[in-house]
Amino acid sequence: MEGLGLSAPVIFFAAIFTNNILLTNFLGMCSFLAISREVKASLGLGFAVIFVMTCTSALNYLVYYHLLVPLGLIHFRYIVFIIVIAAFVQLVEMVIERSSPILYVVLGIFLPLITVNCAILGVALFMIIRNYTFLQSVAYGAGAGIGWTLAILAMGGIREKLKGASIPKPLEGPGIALIIAGLMALAFMAFSGMIQIQ
Amino acid sequence: MTQVLLSLLALSGLGALLAFFLEVADSYLGFYGECQIRINEGEKELQVSGGGTLLSSLMDQGIFIPSACGGRGSCGYCKVQVLEGGGPLLPTETPYLEPEEVKGNVRLSCQIKVRRDIDIEIPSELFLIKEFRTQVEGMRNLTDDIKELRLRLIEPDTITFKPGQYIQFQVPEYEQCPESVYRAYSIASAAHEPTGITLVVTRVPEGLATTFIHEVLREGEEIFLNGPYGEFYLRDSAREIFFVAGGSGLAPVMSMLSQMAEEKITRNATLVFGARQKKGLFYVEEIEALKERLPNLKVIFALSNPEEEDRWDGERGRVTDVLEKIIKNGANKEAYLCGSPAMVEACVELLTKKGISQELIFYDKFA
Repeated sequence: MEGLGLSAPVIFFAAIFTNNILLTNFLGMCSFLAISREVKASLGLGFAVIFVMTCTSALNYLVYYHLLVPLGLIHFRYIVFIIVIAAFVQLVEMVIERSSPILYVVLGIFLPLITVNCAILGVALFMIIRNYTFLQSVAYGAGAGIGWTLAILAMGGIREKLKGASIPKPLEGPGIALIIAGLMALAFMAFSGMIQIQ
Repeated sequence: MTQVLLSLLALSGLGALLAFFLEVADSYLGFYGECQIRINEGEKELQVSGGGTLLSSLMDQGIFIPSACGGRGSCGYCKVQVLEGGGPLLPTETPYLEPEEVKGNVRLSCQIKVRRDIDIEIPSELFLIKEFRTQVEGMRNLTDDIKELRLRLIEPDTITFKPGQYIQFQVPEYEQCPESVYRAYSIASAAHEPTGITLVVTRVPEGLATTFIHEVLREGEEIFLNGPYGEFYLRDSAREIFFVAGGSGLAPVMSMLSQMAEEKITRNATLVFGARQKKGLFYVEEIEALKERLPNLKVIFALSNPEEEDRWDGERGRVTDVLEKIIKNGANKEAYLCGSPAMVEACVELLTKKGISQELIFYDKFA
């Protein structure tokens, strides 16, 4: 019952800084590494993730506690969570294709791949393991999304700055990105003394 | 039992709800209404339903833009000048556009979608490109993996093309190909026999079109083509010609040689035809017959990897080795190359080194 002890705003804050889903749990790494070459694309993907995480954490909460639990179907939770996430990703794809063809092309395959972004399924599973209330779940989903976006934006900014830098040949591309991710995780550890939600 | 039914009901109910929700979203987000495509300042005005690519929308209206890859954005041929309504330049287009083209609003028509009224400029010749309904008249194996496909034109029943040009072959839906695609093939038949078209198709493992032609297509079936396209045709001059063909790259060269024989063009010419082994050579009799009619034509077959039983006493090595040997000075000579990109690139490099000027080297690569 640990989730009950914290208010929604605290969880929201913690999900962004102290328990950043990307930099402390290392979930959602693949698109983080692939789409972080430019700030603009990072921001686009970040917004997509925030939207999908917030909506699906709310919807998955409702489906879990008001459909699966009463009917005794909690063993279906993975498949149900994935279906809900997939539907939302499909919706986001339609919106992006309509509103920003460039972003649509830049994100390419990584947009549909949000469906299986482990950070998003991770949020749904954490909220159940930690017994969050509805409000806490939504706050956690939104916070995790913003935290993920913050991390990918920072990464995009750093990698843009690195474009002119002379990086040792073997470290170019994913190599240096992983080192940066590691350093960023170290930096985020400094927040961890403030609150702990795990 | 009730538990099973309950789970089925709950899951399908949830699925149906989400499907309904997406369907509603799509009918708003995926719907662009009727859009107008204005061509060459009103020379033609087309009404299309929005949402499709410019290339496919034009194709549906009977205007065929050259494209070798069938709209996958990998050949860069389907360039069109878009004056208005094309939307922002996409990252999938930039690798294929020169800076001047970007300035001149040239776009890849397979990448941009018709989302609103759109204003484009295209060469009027493109209006001449037609769609042909054809019937498979005959097929035969030229080598183990190269097939000759003879098509009789039904509607329209004749075609006008420059020997060396290519057509787009529509591969219909079949088992391994869920939606119809287009692939480019050079015309091997002669332009003075305009009621039919012959294509030469090498089997490519897993290739959608080649698998279809080699394994699914039967005599008597109907096929749709559109064309002709391409800048690969015989230029009018008195210069000596070098034709270089690798594998099925011989197809457009055969058409050019037939044209020379028909029009009694007596320019000095050399054909270098490369294959790996003797069993990879084809149209040998047809080439001999053309040689009878073209006294100034020299033919060299080159095998890069002849087998013991070939008892080959002709040229050995790649086509570039042969060209290296036979060309002393490239000044005032023309070359026509058709084959794999690797072969074409190697030949272009060698021929320029030999002194044939870049503008006189014409080629068609098939990827």
